[in-house]
Amino acid sequence: MIVMFRFLACLWFLLAAPAFADPLADLIPKLGRGGFADKAEVAAELGALGDGRAIAALRALADGKLVTRADGSVAIAEPAGEGVKLAHPLTGADLGTSAADTVERIRINNRLRAAIAAALGALQIFSPNPEERLAAAREAAKAPTPELALALDKALAAETVPAVRAALRSAQAAVQLSVGTIEQRIRAVEALSAATDPQVRNLLRQVAQAAEAPAELRAAAETALRSIERRLQLAGLAEILFQGVSLGSVLLLAAIGLAITFGVMGVINMAHGEMIMIGAYTAFVVQEIFRAYLPPDAVDLYLPAAVPAAFLAAALVGIALERGVIRFLYGRALETLLATWGISLMLQQAVRSVFGAPNKEVANPAWMTGGFEPVGGFFVAYNRLAIVVFCFLVLGAIALILRRTAFGLHVRAVTQNRDMAKAMGIPVARIDALTFGLGSGIAGMAGVALSQIGNVSPNLGQIYIVDSFMVVVFGGVGSLLGTLAGAMTLGVINKLLEPVAGAVLGKIVVLAAIIVFIQRRPRGLFAPRGRAAEG
Amino acid sequence: MGALLTPRGWWALIGSGLIAAVGVPLANLLPAPGSALHLPDYMVPLLGKYACFAILALSLDLVWGYAGILSLGHGAFFALGGYCMGMHLMRQIGPRGVYGHPVLPDFMVFLNWKELPWYWQGFDQFWFAALMAMLVPGALALAFGYFAFRSRVTGVYLSIITQALTFALLLAFFRNDMGFGGNNGLTDFKDILGFPVQARATRLGLFVASVAALGASFLICRLVVASKLGRVLLAIRDAESRVRFLGYSVTNAKLFAFVLSATMAGVAGALYVPQVGIINPSEFSPANSIEIAIWVAVGGRGTLIGAVAGAGLVNGAKSWLTGVAPELWLFALGALFVVVTLFLPRGIVGLAARWKAREP
Repeated sequence: MIVMFRFLACLWFLLAAPAFADPLADLIPKLGRGGFADKAEVAAELGALGDGRAIAALRALADGKLVTRADGSVAIAEPAGEGVKLAHPLTGADLGTSAADTVERIRINNRLRAAIAAALGALQIFSPNPEERLAAAREAAKAPTPELALALDKALAAETVPAVRAALRSAQAAVQLSVGTIEQRIRAVEALSAATDPQVRNLLRQVAQAAEAPAELRAAAETALRSIERRLQLAGLAEILFQGVSLGSVLLLAAIGLAITFGVMGVINMAHGEMIMIGAYTAFVVQEIFRAYLPPDAVDLYLPAAVPAAFLAAALVGIALERGVIRFLYGRALETLLATWGISLMLQQAVRSVFGAPNKEVANPAWMTGGFEPVGGFFVAYNRLAIVVFCFLVLGAIALILRRTAFGLHVRAVTQNRDMAKAMGIPVARIDALTFGLGSGIAGMAGVALSQIGNVSPNLGQIYIVDSFMVVVFGGVGSLLGTLAGAMTLGVINKLLEPVAGAVLGKIVVLAAIIVFIQRRPRGLFAPRGRAAEG
Repeated sequence: MGALLTPRGWWALIGSGLIAAVGVPLANLLPAPGSALHLPDYMVPLLGKYACFAILALSLDLVWGYAGILSLGHGAFFALGGYCMGMHLMRQIGPRGVYGHPVLPDFMVFLNWKELPWYWQGFDQFWFAALMAMLVPGALALAFGYFAFRSRVTGVYLSIITQALTFALLLAFFRNDMGFGGNNGLTDFKDILGFPVQARATRLGLFVASVAALGASFLICRLVVASKLGRVLLAIRDAESRVRFLGYSVTNAKLFAFVLSATMAGVAGALYVPQVGIINPSEFSPANSIEIAIWVAVGGRGTLIGAVAGAGLVNGAKSWLTGVAPELWLFALGALFVVVTLFLPRGIVGLAARWKAREP
């Protein structure tokens, strides 16, 4: 029997343990007891505890909605008709309604109100709502107090939202900088010099410029600032390089197809931009179909489906274009240019008639939204990263096709010497059509990629066509390596010039540089050598 | 040197010039409005615009049809000439602008500029603006052409970099700090040479001036084409290396044609601006420049008269179709590009010549 009792007691203990271990459950009822000073102490303790569940109770207290019940427990009361509706202060569970005179409102004074506000300020950083956490962290950075230090550490450990993390970190820095002895503060400054957060930099700048701060503290802040500046510059450079590579990938995707068709057939396809546009609209259509016919959680799968669909759609249009128009114009490069320009006008107008002139929006799938920050001040957006990866996959696939397949061998043969290839029995006409289809299909896939970083509109192709030409002309015709080098160079140079000269002027400089460059190397960076160069 | 024109050609030129320069003003002024012979007021600047486009088409035909240089940036020369004239007209507004500043144009007051930039100096004089409308495009063509032709950039490469040129200028003129009115360009002109630009008489005068300029441009082009230089240009178009090996300077010949052509395009732009009343950066857009090529191709390149006819036909069709069914215009223009290159490589002039050859 006794054993049994002991066992039960143990079980009871085990089950009840969490309740006893929860200091919050102990503290909340204390809000209903003692004088104002006692309550203020409890409020401060709740604030220091750093548990977001206390927010509701404290708010209710501040609003005069926290009541003590007849059994001495506290509850949150909402007026409901004659009586009040009671809720549990921690869980919010419904405790039923009771008559208004059975509960007693907990009274507060101004001192207690201030203590509650301070505690709430500290607790907001644990609120379940990220917006509130962000606001609270910013508030804390503005008015740092020593009591916040522990709460901030705790919040930082649990925080997952990048923006809130950043705000919390700078609040933490502000607390460390503003309290303690001079030595402690200098140590804090030194610790902060390892940061790369722009907000920490602003804080340090405030310390360095504060007239009331001691000289050695200001000197330490200056030193820390310099090292942060240097690191931020590096992070900024990394970001610019990433943006440059990202822009380069977009250009590369847009230009690869052009380089192939230009290289093989010597044909300038002015309708190439419209193949990109067709790809982007295919992505839009596939997305709409997925939205209409599939459950919401499967909609994000539209993107993998859109890539081959866009390839096919653009490739078919490309083959039709080659068979219908371009093949009659071989050897007349300038006429081809004009004819394909006409086709691009018609395709634009056709899309405008079908889909309407306003922009269409293609949503990023969930896994492509947002981004991460490997170092402070260097943000990598997932959609940009995905495009870089996709671009190199496409490039690799094309290199494989051109190097390792019979079709690729034929394409290269036709590129080098059309007549000889014909004499050797290569079906030149079919190779032409297929190459044009391949080039157009790649443009279609580029359109899917572009739909992820911008709006889809009938003149989408026009935006990229001049840039694509620049890439091809700069890199050299018919050379994948040249196109890669051209795209990446132009992308990075564009982004490097942007902060110095502004986006538009930077682009003008790049265009002018290409015009000059063409004078020096009329056949591009990676010009074909030998006989192939004479065609 | 061959004859400039055949006697019949002279008669045709003078006759059509007279019909245009005398007939249009008379048809506008004499018959009562509403009568079948009356030419409505809005038609006068429209026809004047076509005349300017015809000069532009002539200028492109000279380099494309005869020297084989397909410039996709001729709109840039046209627009530069237009901007020179636009700057003069802006200066003529004087204190009559919205802000009433005695010297600065409205957009500069709006942007808080304190004084006129140096490159706006002198444009208050008509002769200076007119000179600049020829010199600026000519100088740009000289610098650009010198480097391009010297390094033997030919064919589609040249087309692409001329396109890059006009695209770069498009972006540049969109910038407010360039001092050319940015996005809005230059507009709200009041008068030219003391005559109000909106007045009927001024418009008729501008139309007659455009027709005269068209006639002069045609004769200058004829003069070049019929000369020995014209023969060299044709030879360059057909076999550039061979001409070079024969000892001719391909660079100089091309450069001459290119600069002359750009100057003509500048004149066309300068005449165009007072008639339409606005010049803005969209004139630099690559699409506009490519459209010039189709005017020439429709008429028949390498025929001069074809360029004039093509510019008139295509633009007439554009005015009509954008009025009747605007959504069809791009289809029609696109189809025109395809049909002409596929089935009419020598344009309507070539078609007419073939018919003529069949007749006897």
